[in-house]
Amino acid sequence: MISPKMNDRQSISGMQRRDFLKVSVAASGGLLIGFHFPRVGKLASAQQASADGFMPNAFVRIGTDERVTVIVNHSEMGQGVYTSLPMLLAEELDAEWSKVGYESAPVDPKYNHPAFGMQMTGGSSSVWSGLEQFRQAGAVARAMLIAAAAQQWNVDASTCRTESGTVLNGSRKLTYGHLAPAAAKVTPPEHVQLKDPKTFKLIRKPIRRLDTPEKLNGKAEFGIDVKLPGMLTAAIARPPIFGAKMKNFDDSRARSMPGVRKVVAVPAGVAVIADTFWQAKTARDALRVEWDEGSMQDFDTGKMMQDFRERAKTPGISVRKDGDAESALASAVKKIEAVYEVPYLSHLMMEPLNCTVDLRPDSCEVWTGSQFQTIDRANAAKIAGLAPEKVQLHTTFLGGGFGRRANPQSDFVVEAVYVARAAGAPVKVIWTREDDMGGGWYRPAFLHAIEGGVDASGNAVSWRSRLVGQSIMAGTPFAAVMLKGKDYDPASVEGVDDLPYAIPNVAVESHQPEINVPVQWWRSVGHSHTAFAVECFIDELATLAHKDPYQFRRALLEKQPRHLGVLNLAAEKAGWDKPLQKGMGRGIAVHFAFGSYAASVAEVSVTEGKVRVHRMVCAIDCGQYVNPGIIKAQTEGGAVFGASAALFQELTFESGRLQQTNFHTFPVMRINECPDIETHIVESTEKSGGIGEPGVPCAAPAIANAVFAVTGKRIRRLPIRLTEAV
Amino acid sequence: MIGFSVNGKRVDLDVDPSTPLLWVIREHLGLTGTKYGCGMAQCGACTVHIDGEAVRSCVAPVLGATGKAVTTIEGLSPDLSHPLQRAWLEEDVPQCGYCQSGQLMSAAVLLRDKLKPTDEDIDEAMTGNICRCGTYPRIRRAIHRAAEMAAKAGAR
Repeated sequence: MISPKMNDRQSISGMQRRDFLKVSVAASGGLLIGFHFPRVGKLASAQQASADGFMPNAFVRIGTDERVTVIVNHSEMGQGVYTSLPMLLAEELDAEWSKVGYESAPVDPKYNHPAFGMQMTGGSSSVWSGLEQFRQAGAVARAMLIAAAAQQWNVDASTCRTESGTVLNGSRKLTYGHLAPAAAKVTPPEHVQLKDPKTFKLIRKPIRRLDTPEKLNGKAEFGIDVKLPGMLTAAIARPPIFGAKMKNFDDSRARSMPGVRKVVAVPAGVAVIADTFWQAKTARDALRVEWDEGSMQDFDTGKMMQDFRERAKTPGISVRKDGDAESALASAVKKIEAVYEVPYLSHLMMEPLNCTVDLRPDSCEVWTGSQFQTIDRANAAKIAGLAPEKVQLHTTFLGGGFGRRANPQSDFVVEAVYVARAAGAPVKVIWTREDDMGGGWYRPAFLHAIEGGVDASGNAVSWRSRLVGQSIMAGTPFAAVMLKGKDYDPASVEGVDDLPYAIPNVAVESHQPEINVPVQWWRSVGHSHTAFAVECFIDELATLAHKDPYQFRRALLEKQPRHLGVLNLAAEKAGWDKPLQKGMGRGIAVHFAFGSYAASVAEVSVTEGKVRVHRMVCAIDCGQYVNPGIIKAQTEGGAVFGASAALFQELTFESGRLQQTNFHTFPVMRINECPDIETHIVESTEKSGGIGEPGVPCAAPAIANAVFAVTGKRIRRLPIRLTEAV
Repeated sequence: MIGFSVNGKRVDLDVDPSTPLLWVIREHLGLTGTKYGCGMAQCGACTVHIDGEAVRSCVAPVLGATGKAVTTIEGLSPDLSHPLQRAWLEEDVPQCGYCQSGQLMSAAVLLRDKLKPTDEDIDEAMTGNICRCGTYPRIRRAIHRAAEMAAKAGAR
């Protein structure tokens, strides 16, 4: 059983746990709110809709000015939900697309994620979970507008039709804006018929994003841009080591610096509250803080990996057991063993963490780019000493999320409420890049030891994976729900526990060391490392069997049509069999994650010890899709995200201290390093899958396998260093 | 008092002269389109123009702007009519959008200097601007497209 040792940052009060369980019990109960159609009057007042607007349900408001505003319950962090979800609603509404806009939903149970039972964005789930919800909302609104027009014309509603924001009957027509006040008095229908996909006008079209214009003129408001009258800004001196506690501080210099209002100890460290950020930051840097360094002062990632290697020599908790991997290994004609290692990684959103809080005696308003509205509100309420209903959280644009803004502890929100308690004025806490990178909640480091064997004909007969790495779920309020009684963390082994290859004997085992480095979901979570190990090892088995890595995979995926579909598509589009220039090589990878199938072929060259990725051909099967333009953007972006990690990124600790601080020591791929990327989408009638994350996992193994094709050397550790190739 | 112009308007500010221009633009002038990303000229999110040249405002003390003309993303065009903004719209470039002000400001200088930038020109001019969402392929296409648009407009 998992019993994580928790440092202060990770400790969870009973109250937070209870708050979470309330929502998650609803989640496991099955019904999950999903969908409310509150009466117009009630909702309109709750939403403070304009008096002449028509708000048939929580998700849409139609103004007499013809504007159709879609209220989006997921956070826009680049993945396109402010476009794809409005498309779903506008499709069924038959809205005029040029009149459609978006608005971020307030925190309210009616905006809970239909599958997860709380308001949040993550798991590449916004579109598939919103598919029915948003289409239904549009269809209901349309039916009410038709009913209003039919009443006005005194005709049967069934004789009316709709088109581009108007209801038509014979030669008569009325616009939605004109009908809005009358439609607001119509009783919402209990059942509506959704469109036949063959008649879609918006869905499946590469419609341009609605939020692009305001992202090109500086108008888009991110959390860091929030301005309130009388607002102060704070910077926090944070512990240099995880779990370190502030012993005392000397603020004699800081307090006398210009603009500084207050210096206060908060659980996160020592906060300097000033008129402007630069004043706060400068004074923060002038503080002298003495820390009790705690138990992590000797923490060293090199030693940690050594410990991981030792652990991998012993059996772990069994995750999957098909046949008898041990005996099959013993009797295999040829065997191979490989140990893959990946480091801690920072999410490194371009917008560093920040949060603005206006705390009043009986209310609290929070502005931030959150992926976890329900939890953030509950955690803020606890610190504010208010009921959650008294706290409103305004979700701004997120300057990247990648999982970091979905923090089980609401770390960046909670600390801002503490600072607001001391500030006596609205206050914005801004993290410097260094604060952000050093603040923890990383993708956990992992070691993945695999042993495999082939028989005399080159067929893979055995596979044993042993993974060593921290659990993300253990110790969070999610543990009870997400672990579902399992003694391992599914997020640690996802992507290998469902190994798709037809190998008769498979064992997957998990070791979960307890380390006081806070870890969290990082775009594609466990898949970010399991795909690297699995897809590199299957390549190694292909070599062992003297087979082409693409054909070797095909043979083992005969019964996996969707894996095969993307694999074949990527290989075909990449011209797998066509020769490349000397010094170049191709690598291939295929992976299933978040309900979608992805494959990539990477073309790389290696010169003077440097790997350059020239081209990546990606194939994606996310089932029925909504916006192919956004799918391509997410797949391209995922490839760059994965390639950045594969080529450049690593967080290391020495004497408990993080060695990386900013982009110069934790690099992100730049435009001159970025390959040409092509994305090909599989046409499918299957259930919709996710798209925000599935593009990430294949990048690293495709690149690493391509490096092998060029150099004949295997990459078993990320980031790729040719000096470590074997 | 430090005086300079921002997007064509004269400003005189009583501010610590060592304050980075970025924070003066954001906090004193309220122009929040220019972003903070790294504070050490590594990411380019804070790129503005000083007398027409791209500058990382996070490491540029405001004193250095004295008497000069500063242009921020808000001043690139009044109505998204700059060829780069139009091309960015057509290529649907932004994802999260946070880095895009800086991307556009760097690209604007490139496009002024090179009527028909090559891929190598783009690499050189845009390497200082990081996009964590990975919009680079679209940025590249959009710069080429903007150059075509500008050429066509020039020909008319």
